[in-house]
Amino acid sequence: MTENTTGKRPESESRKPSAVAGREFTISRRTFVQTLGAGLLITVTDSLSWGQRRGGRGGGGGGGGGMPVVARLHLNEDGTIAVMSGKVEEGQGARTELSQAAAEELRVPFDRIRIVMADTDFVPDDGGTSGSRTTPGNVPPMRQAAATARELLTRFAAKQWQVEANALEVRDGTITNKATNQKLTYADLAKSKEIAEAFKQPIESNIALTAVSDWKVMGISARRSNWRDLVTGAHRFPSDVTCPNMLYGRVLRPPSYKATLESIDLSEAKAMKDVVVIQDGEFVGFAAPSLFRATQALEASAKTASWKTVPQPSSKTIHAYLKEHARMDNARGSSAEKGFADAAKTLSATYTLAYIQHTPMEPRAGVAEWKDDKLTVWAGVDNPPAAQRDLAQAFGMPVERVRVIVPDMGGGFGGKHAAPAAREAARLAKAAGRPVCVHWTRAEEFTWAYFRPAAVIECKGGLDAKGSLIAWDFININAGGSAIDAPYKIPNKRVQSVGSDSPLAQGAYRCLAATGNNFARESFIDELAAAAGADPLAFRLAHLENDRIRTVLETAAKHFNWSERRKKITPELGIGLACGTEKNSVVAACVEVGIDRKRGEIKVREVCEAFECGPIQNPANLTSQVQGCIVMGLGGALTEEIQFENGKILNANFRDYQVPRFRDVPKIGVHLVNKTDIPSAGGGETPIIAIAPAVGNAIFAATGVRIRSMPMRCDILKQA
Amino acid sequence: MDVTVTLTVNGIERTVTTDPQRPLLDVLREDLHLTGAKYGCGEGRCGACTVLMDGKRVLSCVTPVSLADKKSIATIEGLAKGDSLHPVQEAFLEEGAMQCGYCTSGMILSAVALLQDKPNPTDEEIVTAMNGNICRCNGYVKIMNAVRRAAGKMRR
Repeated sequence: MTENTTGKRPESESRKPSAVAGREFTISRRTFVQTLGAGLLITVTDSLSWGQRRGGRGGGGGGGGGMPVVARLHLNEDGTIAVMSGKVEEGQGARTELSQAAAEELRVPFDRIRIVMADTDFVPDDGGTSGSRTTPGNVPPMRQAAATARELLTRFAAKQWQVEANALEVRDGTITNKATNQKLTYADLAKSKEIAEAFKQPIESNIALTAVSDWKVMGISARRSNWRDLVTGAHRFPSDVTCPNMLYGRVLRPPSYKATLESIDLSEAKAMKDVVVIQDGEFVGFAAPSLFRATQALEASAKTASWKTVPQPSSKTIHAYLKEHARMDNARGSSAEKGFADAAKTLSATYTLAYIQHTPMEPRAGVAEWKDDKLTVWAGVDNPPAAQRDLAQAFGMPVERVRVIVPDMGGGFGGKHAAPAAREAARLAKAAGRPVCVHWTRAEEFTWAYFRPAAVIECKGGLDAKGSLIAWDFININAGGSAIDAPYKIPNKRVQSVGSDSPLAQGAYRCLAATGNNFARESFIDELAAAAGADPLAFRLAHLENDRIRTVLETAAKHFNWSERRKKITPELGIGLACGTEKNSVVAACVEVGIDRKRGEIKVREVCEAFECGPIQNPANLTSQVQGCIVMGLGGALTEEIQFENGKILNANFRDYQVPRFRDVPKIGVHLVNKTDIPSAGGGETPIIAIAPAVGNAIFAATGVRIRSMPMRCDILKQA
Repeated sequence: MDVTVTLTVNGIERTVTTDPQRPLLDVLREDLHLTGAKYGCGEGRCGACTVLMDGKRVLSCVTPVSLADKKSIATIEGLAKGDSLHPVQEAFLEEGAMQCGYCTSGMILSAVALLQDKPNPTDEEIVTAMNGNICRCNGYVKIMNAVRRAAGKMRR
């Protein structure tokens, strides 16, 4: 990182619009005229400088930290309010939720908010959009900014009318003097130089926020402002962005991981009309006026390439490999040995997880344009400031000369932390002297993105003579430690997460390791319940320590009619349940599964899930997120698995890698618990964690067969 | 060797001279700047690229543009009449049947094709007709509701 990226430029230079180069100014103006309407020139440039000052630090918590109101919020003369967030919208609902937060504290209707998101020239560095952090980490600063603005506006009006601020009422964007009925609207105040000056004050991080019981805009099922554009095709996703004279790029990929290029003959591609060919060490890329032509150039060259390959493990032996390479010396946690010594009954089991892919519907995409020493990229990435830093470093330039824009994108699920397509596009665009887009193919997405880690999870549990759980030993090899702790009362407990040597690139996923840890734990708890001769629900309730989990478990069981349906289990029909907590939210699911033992097939017929993440900020959106998690969870539970051999992905397509489709959707009941006495947590991930174990438990209840892998290999149910 | 293809897209006649093997999807997106149809898999297995050709659902990512010669193509951009949305589009909005929205154009066009064929579909018929369209936000429950709602609207 160079000096001038860390915010040491003189204030005057970074603040004033006059310091911005003329051409850049034009870009800025065009952008906000487009996004926000006229009248925003100075303010946006101010916030631009704020974004740049923070840009090099990579802070990104989204906290106040002395951020001025104007960095988050600006009044428009038409009565709308522009607000700014560094978060991205990828279908999870951040655009709506953040707008609701601002509207609530400003006391305006939802549709009065115009939100600008994920454009590093205009918005604060709010870090990445991941870990369900927008709700707990970015909504509160947005509310603080809006509440501070409201306070400043009210104080200004009070001063004008020479009354106490508490003599005023703020409603619907209008400040009213209750005694005289004098009125000032936000639109009036948008013209005020004093307000513009006042908005340079820092956001008050301890300002009182609206109590949940008084919410009018938060808590409603508001809809995304660009909702209509999604049904008309008007919305431009990252892969829809075009620039004048843009070329389409393709990049040569190795035939297997870790293969190195020995030679390639580029003469045929170079002879193709209008094709730009770039070779820079291992990087070989092609840009052409159409994707088809670029692909022809790539294919003509790829068939001449000679590669040096290295042998690598395969998915068939991956679990033995991970175990063999486990870094057991990192194991921590107190011993549970005393518990096992006292136990009347001890059980052990090993669970496994396959690598899986996020497969967002929109594969990675990036468009890059170099103009006057500045690089602008439009990219599908969930961490714009990190992408900005990465590009700046890759091209040896200061971060303020790189602008990353993320149009609302086509899904991510934790799979778009980096922007390799944008980087490739930038490389090609620089060489071609024209803007270039790179859209990864589905096969590239399956192969060269990263995966949710595979894992081996070893469980050991001990019961006393009365059937109480007294000893617990749980170790996750390779996938990580999220939600690894058992939320049960167990006097002797050891849980640990140890790393291994993953042959595939691995990274975040919807709830990441919590998917596997909950699968193993909730399946194994079921094994222990069976060993204790107890009902799975009663066994959990007897051991649960967390009252929030207890509530959702009881809620799900009640709506599912667990106790009655438990009596009706047959070899062809099972029910199961599971619960858990992660990212400060809690979930429980009950499922019904139909089993065809002749064919070794199962069908999940019904899922009844209860979920609680504090006060609900948008019920319709949260319902969508929970439904989405349930169905996505079924994919990981039953069918999704990356198969690989010698560094090659064998099923890099939607035929051989099966994600849930309409036909796989069971009857789904979602029961949201609105707990209003705690802060809201994010809700887009945790609802996924209870599905797989509930399904496995239902299979066991019907058949007595315990399937200990994700995905579950149901062919072992086949009767001879 | 390039060929000249004449196709009517959303009611407007368009002529394109290009490689006959280029996917219709690429021509729509790159040459005609209609980006509503999306690339999702390039092998006709996800439905994101769905458009209607002479009223029938086709997967434009595996349809060579030469096959569209003299054909009428409907894309998502041509579905609304001015400001007034098609009943299927309305139903998707009313049910909140999208999250990221990337699959939405394909979902809507598949539903339009279904409802033209079967104005009163059973759930099983909806599932069969829509099963080629993948949604990874997994909004299938609300999409099913939207298709049912659209069927009701179109019968009225």
